[in-house]
Amino acid sequence: MSEINLAPLDKILRPFVPLGRSGLLPALHAAQKQYGWLSEEIAAGVAAALGVPLADVHGVIEFYSLFYSAPVGRRMIRVCADPACALKGADDLLAHLCTHHGIQPNETTPDGSATIERSPCLGLCEQAPAILFDDQAETNVDLKTGHYELGRPRSPVYGPLRLLTRNCGNGTTFLAGYGAYAALQKALKMPPAEVIAEIKASGLVGRGGAAFPTGVKWQGAADAPGEEKYVVCNADESEPGTFKDRILLLDDPHSTIEGMRIAAHAIGATKGYIYLRGEYPYILPVLESALNEARQAGYLGGASGFDIEVRLGAGAYICGEETALFESIEGKRGFPRVKPPFPTTHGLFGKPTVINNVETLANVPLILSMGAAEYRKIGTEKSPGPKLFCVSGDVKKPGLYELPFGVTLGELMEMAGGIIADAGTDLETDKRMQAVLFGGAAGAFATPEQLDVKLTFEDLRAAGLPLGSGVVMVFDESRDLRDALARLGKFFAHESCGKCYPCQMGTQRQMEILERLVNGNWLPGDAERLQDVGWTMTDASLCGLGQTAAAAVLSAMKQFPALFDGGR
Amino acid sequence: MGIQLEIDGQPVTVEPGTTLLEAAKQAGITVPTICWHEATTSYALCRICVVEVAGMRLLQPGCIVEAADGMRVQTRSERVVRARKTILEMLASSVDLSDSPDILALMDEYGALPERFPEAERREVELMDDNPMYLRDYSKCVLCWRCVQVCAEDAQYTFALSFSGRGYETEIATFFDRPMPATTCVFCGQCVGVCPTGALKPKREFMLEQGMGPEEIAVMSSGRKRKRT
Repeated sequence: MSEINLAPLDKILRPFVPLGRSGLLPALHAAQKQYGWLSEEIAAGVAAALGVPLADVHGVIEFYSLFYSAPVGRRMIRVCADPACALKGADDLLAHLCTHHGIQPNETTPDGSATIERSPCLGLCEQAPAILFDDQAETNVDLKTGHYELGRPRSPVYGPLRLLTRNCGNGTTFLAGYGAYAALQKALKMPPAEVIAEIKASGLVGRGGAAFPTGVKWQGAADAPGEEKYVVCNADESEPGTFKDRILLLDDPHSTIEGMRIAAHAIGATKGYIYLRGEYPYILPVLESALNEARQAGYLGGASGFDIEVRLGAGAYICGEETALFESIEGKRGFPRVKPPFPTTHGLFGKPTVINNVETLANVPLILSMGAAEYRKIGTEKSPGPKLFCVSGDVKKPGLYELPFGVTLGELMEMAGGIIADAGTDLETDKRMQAVLFGGAAGAFATPEQLDVKLTFEDLRAAGLPLGSGVVMVFDESRDLRDALARLGKFFAHESCGKCYPCQMGTQRQMEILERLVNGNWLPGDAERLQDVGWTMTDASLCGLGQTAAAAVLSAMKQFPALFDGGR
Repeated sequence: MGIQLEIDGQPVTVEPGTTLLEAAKQAGITVPTICWHEATTSYALCRICVVEVAGMRLLQPGCIVEAADGMRVQTRSERVVRARKTILEMLASSVDLSDSPDILALMDEYGALPERFPEAERREVELMDDNPMYLRDYSKCVLCWRCVQVCAEDAQYTFALSFSGRGYETEIATFFDRPMPATTCVFCGQCVGVCPTGALKPKREFMLEQGMGPEEIAVMSSGRKRKRT
């Protein structure tokens, strides 16, 4: 340990000292960038610089998957092993890389050149299988042909609408291409209450998964007493199968920034944060450039009275839960808080806060520009507006689809080329659809009998399918869904924060039972155990993670009971 | 005027700000708890105190949810019992509960089977004996957080404890797992006092349990015999 030169640490940490505890994650990121990992001496240095108790610094390092308290390789190779990538050969890829380097998953080569990790979803599901190679995306890896794409991931955008995605698909649209913040100019001429009324009139609801009415949320924060208020953009996109926010932020950062600026005007906030998931490091420079452009144009900083800081997560799905995200910005382990109180009154730093998903914020300039009445002409009466769907798995054209609400699942499948009406043209490659995982890991399965279901909040709810974050992951008839379930089980066990008992132990027990299911070691009584664990997590967990950790499993037990009869 | 609600069909009137746990107690109804302690902040971790409130989609933790006018609460509905029983069974499959008579009694009460989850990975940790005052046996730890809380803002402001790992692998830990004397611990003993499962235990009590006599313990535990005046 004595070979670690601590001399540069002081200078590295200096920018974060004024932030105090809130600077903990950025300080640890900066220190780890310099040293490769976080030794006891470095952690003690960070603790002293920021005035955070030693044990708490250690607790934070331990919580986040992307912080390392032991040496790792000079290159980090993170191979996604979640369902969408698994359908495209992620296991073979991981095995191949491990053999090539002569190590097992989650090990470092003896010469310290590389570490290979089995990673949770990297948000590159439509270009599977995918790797995060240091800070770069490596996608469409094909072991047979040796083909792969390294660097900035592509943005495959399809669908009949190009409103949210109007600036997506051709690299980053910087300010010159985006144009003046016209929606903001319009909003600034309106009293805040009028802006909120417009958002309410649009019928916009949250696109991160919870579908809470955005205008009501803004109203709550606007009405809450206090001078200090925050607007937070939840860009911790981590739901397996979800990649829409990656494309929006990478290709069109200004629509989200403008949305935040409008929200700030509406609620009277002076400070904003974008919490970007740690697995999207390649988006960070794009966001920083866009924020600088917005500052130079006078939309942010200085006289505008509102500025935005980007915070990089560090590998914790739970931080997509809004209160866990606040804790993370505050420099703590990402434990979700008990609600109520809600963020609109007691959010970030205990202050009134609006927290919205990237796609939700990207809708805001659109609504202001078009006007709520015009916006409502898109979609259906109860589900107005455009919606992004993340299509992955066994379809010919995986990618991001922008649709008006109300298109059917079958129509979307046709757009994606995944369904063939007449099997027989190309039996070698075309297979029938078996199931669609809706809403992500926390979702539910649709069967081919449900192809006529309309993609709206109301129709999906009636069909028992969650829209969630817009995940549509397709499994053809040759797939064993038990494999996908076992991966989801592993995902939740890896991502449970450990705070409340049902989820902390339930995700572990669920994973163990699902592993028995997929390995053919199913024990008598396992179906009942799975149900009891599932319902207990759903009914008694503290936050949304635990409450949905059994959703896909319980849905599969209902839709495909034969999978759980113990036979293989 | 107090808050009027109904618990298990029984009308109850309580002061505003009363938790459902406390309200039930006032009505003579016992709602079980594990992590709750009168001296620590309630974080609703163990969920053993969950109750069913009419009109609410999910079970509600009694330790933090406050009574409201017109609330109809069931403390032992089918859903409540399933959740409590399953949580207890999962605990028994994870942790050594041999020093937790209260939890064992709850298991009896709810018919929870200790062997419900076969082939379960248990949280087994080596006994830590790194200071003269107390032992840490985290195989018995139920992660109630009380020790972390009293070490921090709930009492002592010593901040010697936090967590390592995440999820099922969470463990109470010091800075880089340093032995207690090398941490900020001031040996106030409050963590030992609030531990509900014997995971933290005075060294003398441990040695008595091992069958050692007082003389032997006095020698073993490094301290001299105290003079009585």
